[in-house]
Amino acid sequence: MRRRGERAAHCLLFLCALATVALLLLITAYLIASGLPAIREIGLKNFLLGTVWDSASRENPRFGILPLLTASVCGAAGAMAAGVPLGVLTALFLTKAAPPGLAAALRYLVRLMAGIPSVVCGLVGMTVLVPFLRERLDLPAGDSLLAAVIVLTVMILPTVTELSEDALAATPPACEEASLALGATETETWFRVSLPAARKGIAAAAVLGTGRAMGETMAVLMVAGNVAGMPSPLRSVRFLTAGIAMELGYAAAGSLRQRALLSIALVLFVLILLMNILLSWGKER
Amino acid sequence: MQPGYHMKKLVSYSVLILFLLTGCGGEPPPRVVELDGSTAMSGVMAVLREAFQERRPDIRLNCSGSGTGAGIEGVLSGQCGIGLASRELTGEETARGAVGHVIALDGIAVIVHPDNPVRELSTEALADVFTGRITRWTELGGEDRPIAAYGREAGSGTRSAFEAGLGAADRCVYTCEYCSTGDVVGNVANNPNGIGYASLSALDGSVQALRVAGTDCTLETVRQGGYPLRRPFLLVTCGDAPPGEAAGAFLQFAESAAAAPYLALAGAAAPEREGSDETAG
Repeated sequence: MRRRGERAAHCLLFLCALATVALLLLITAYLIASGLPAIREIGLKNFLLGTVWDSASRENPRFGILPLLTASVCGAAGAMAAGVPLGVLTALFLTKAAPPGLAAALRYLVRLMAGIPSVVCGLVGMTVLVPFLRERLDLPAGDSLLAAVIVLTVMILPTVTELSEDALAATPPACEEASLALGATETETWFRVSLPAARKGIAAAAVLGTGRAMGETMAVLMVAGNVAGMPSPLRSVRFLTAGIAMELGYAAAGSLRQRALLSIALVLFVLILLMNILLSWGKER
Repeated sequence: MQPGYHMKKLVSYSVLILFLLTGCGGEPPPRVVELDGSTAMSGVMAVLREAFQERRPDIRLNCSGSGTGAGIEGVLSGQCGIGLASRELTGEETARGAVGHVIALDGIAVIVHPDNPVRELSTEALADVFTGRITRWTELGGEDRPIAAYGREAGSGTRSAFEAGLGAADRCVYTCEYCSTGDVVGNVANNPNGIGYASLSALDGSVQALRVAGTDCTLETVRQGGYPLRRPFLLVTCGDAPPGEAAGAFLQFAESAAAAPYLALAGAAAPEREGSDETAG
């Protein structure tokens, strides 16, 4: 009787795992099957390297996603460049330097920050950040790549902080104690011993955070301005995600336009996949 | 388990089912008409639907907003009974059998920040602003500020009607593109550099509507055609006849003079009936 219960539990767990993998495979297969035809029709080079996205034109629609792709990559990279150092140093403070009471309070706030819905981040960006940038930098409009990067930085901070914190908390105390015993100061120990020891976990935090920035849609849609021109920091840009969200409702079922949007989804998927492959490849070395 | 358990269960289920049956069995089930299309028409459809429901409680109207293109597609493929289009039909769409019935006219107001001293623009100046040839307000008699041109995304019925009205179809260069009328109005209300366009029915006190070519954007000027930027709201059917009596009844009501006061409530102008035939399609 007991053994049968045991076997049933194993079976259930296996089925759950199988369902997760099956869903992923299903999504992958669907994206590839629906994303490839348009790429083939447009031509891979025209699609990835074309600088004009004008999918609504009746006479001469053009489907070059380079402006969108560059905007997405620059946006995510900018958010990573600002968010990862900030998040990692916050995590270092929380795990090593902060008094326990303060650390607990800050940790609570970081978790709270992680729960802010993206539309709320976008709304604050739209009503506060965008007018601020316009006035300070004397721009026609504040909707820009810069605004998107700032909002994305705020959005990936909790992810980066929490995951780096886990990695830093898991460093063996013996290493740090040995460093201190050898005469290194606390600061030297944190930066020379704790951080290097936690680097794999921190790299994972950076990749997950950047992935979130790359996939973010709503907040970006609200602050980036969404004009599909080649990106420049203070001009309005359109991200890959925003491109899909804006046009899907207008694309007639089965049209080249709709299939091109599915191809954009495939490109996004491949980007995230590449980042994860890069991460596990880096971990092995 | 007591022997009576199953019996009790059976009885309680039967009672439940009986209740459900009588709940909807009192009168004949309402006939349903599916409508789908332009989001810009949602205000007009809401009041028309309410007014129609009072006259014909036996017919239920289900309105959804998937965009003009999707609505026309839906009618032609039979997924919905009536499509909602906030622009003229294209030649390709009419060739495939779509027929448009004008139920209302909508003005596209050109809006600026309330602090902007500019109150009037010619259509030529407007076209120059939106194609990027004029980039500072000083050139239009305003303050020394850059111009931020806000517009809708490609595919929007408002955008295509606006650009066509200016004779600048597919030539417009925007500073920012937003996916809803509300976003455009909100951004212009927050930006003293801003200029944008929005359906007349969506305007509120937060922005200033400009006179275009010497004409204010009002229901009256839109109806008479004095205001240059306007577009039709169409009910679209596949072929001349709407599918079924229920859809036909709604179409007839929406095109009748009885619907006019409700249109005004929603900020849209009733078309001049004599001219409705030539604007359709």
